Amino acid sequence: MDTAQIDPGTDFVWPSEDVSQIPFRVYTDQDLYDREQRVLFQGPTWNFLCLDCEIPEPGDYKMTYIGDAPIIVVRDENGNINAMVNRCAHKGSLICYKPRGNVKEFACIYHNWTYNLRGKLTGVAFGKGVRGQGGLTEEFKHDEHGLERIRIENVRGFIMGTFSDETPPFAEYIGQELMDNIDRVFIKPLKVLGYHSQIFPNNWKLYVENNKDSYHASLLHVFHNTFGVVRPTMTGGIKLSDSRWHHLSYTQREEIGDDNIAKEKIRSKQDDYSLSDTRMMEHVLELGDKITNSIQTVFPTMVLQQILNALAVRQLIPKGVNESELIWTILGFDDDDADMDELRLQVNNLVGPAGFISMEDGCVGGFIQTAAKANVDAQTILPMGGRKIEPSDGSRVTESAVRGFWKGWRECMGV
Amino acid sequence: MTTTTDLDRELTLRLRIDALVADYIHCIDEDRLEEWPDYFTADGRYKVITRENYDLNMPVALIYCDGRGMFEDRISALRTANIYEPHVYCHMVSALKILDSSGPDIRTQSNFTITRTMSEGDMMTFLCGKIFDTVTEVDGEMKFKERTVILDSRRIDTLLVIPV
Repeated sequence: MDTAQIDPGTDFVWPSEDVSQIPFRVYTDQDLYDREQRVLFQGPTWNFLCLDCEIPEPGDYKMTYIGDAPIIVVRDENGNINAMVNRCAHKGSLICYKPRGNVKEFACIYHNWTYNLRGKLTGVAFGKGVRGQGGLTEEFKHDEHGLERIRIENVRGFIMGTFSDETPPFAEYIGQELMDNIDRVFIKPLKVLGYHSQIFPNNWKLYVENNKDSYHASLLHVFHNTFGVVRPTMTGGIKLSDSRWHHLSYTQREEIGDDNIAKEKIRSKQDDYSLSDTRMMEHVLELGDKITNSIQTVFPTMVLQQILNALAVRQLIPKGVNESELIWTILGFDDDDADMDELRLQVNNLVGPAGFISMEDGCVGGFIQTAAKANVDAQTILPMGGRKIEPSDGSRVTESAVRGFWKGWRECMGV
Repeated sequence: MTTTTDLDRELTLRLRIDALVADYIHCIDEDRLEEWPDYFTADGRYKVITRENYDLNMPVALIYCDGRGMFEDRISALRTANIYEPHVYCHMVSALKILDSSGPDIRTQSNFTITRTMSEGDMMTFLCGKIFDTVTEVDGEMKFKERTVILDSRRIDTLLVIPV
């Protein structure tokens, strides 16, 4: 990269010998936030940008972010996808300011510098001056002033981006076992059914931890127990990449020999209490297995979700130390019929900012962010499942995957 | 040409719809949410969808209810299962426009904003947008047959639990 950022180092010292205690300061410190932008988001990490199917035609583009950095993803005339930093090489204005669209070229509104769909500078307004006066001098080389390019990979239709040349290829980054889950869930061409955006009143890492924390699911999200989404009869486990940076948590139905397994009616633990309408809990076993829930994280901020027939990719965008935005891209398969379309709308009541089993994730991070200020030198503890960072075949009552996140954070941050 | 009879009919209709909307928003703002499903027909449909999805012709809603059972489930979940910091809404609804009153199903649109006040007293403008309604008469009472809430405010602060 021609503009690789210089690492000024940090005074921050991790206060314990392992990752089973986390100092509150990591959620509140502006210097650490700034360092995360430089060495983590723009470091050796893969970040979700958009889906291949969102930009099907040449000239289609979408705006997104890697950390704080605004990014354009665009399909060029040859059908190739390119990603660039959304910042004019001249004065640094955003090149794109509409979230999506179709263009022949990119033109900065400020001084009309133009770029092709690969980010090459193609025109400078009044570059030759006016009547022989002004304009560029001979020393200006157009080739040296393109948009900053981002390395991308198209992973089963998910466009991933990284600033760093050091980032290993994506499949190596998350490892075979977690690649297998992407192949298990996203078995056919995808279509986007819609988006949600949710603002969390907390540091981005609190939401990432929450996704890795399978321990909280049945405790915080009482709907799980009250209406029986995750039941004691279900088995499951936690898988971790070799690096421990990424995880998969899953639950599956037991073999109960029930003809009606795909449309099992849900009853609450209180026998007299059940949902009036159970359509949203019906599960069509479309993936060829009995896994009901799988939550997969890709370090740092991507989540791949299968909850019954609710498929989504979630992208977390930090918005300063105290705030973050979660973009939900709700997915279906391109060949879904009308019944499946309707079922996905029903089951999506479970997730999103108003989701029966996800809304609490919006407030719990804020509760920690507020309480952290009591003493930022104190630490949270992650004792469940011991201090190791190991996969778990049976129990999901472990904070292993959360500890794995902190291993990745420390390795990126050099602390 | 608009006749006196037409005008009388429109005024009556506007008053009846206005009364329905007023009853509806006070029911929500006063936390009488168990009554909320009663404002809809038994086969009523309700969607809270962002303007982004609506304009892109994408179907996914934040809240989707189809038939009375799903309305009841929204409220029973909110009362018994979901966890959130207590808060109240104050709805402001205006600019009622009657789009079609030629048949038994009356189609309307209106604008709204909702302020949300948290238990600690912080208030914010939480949501704003348009509402498209289909209203019909059931046993002499006006009910919503379909209510589509389109949010200009695409970003949901923290969470959405109380219906709009």
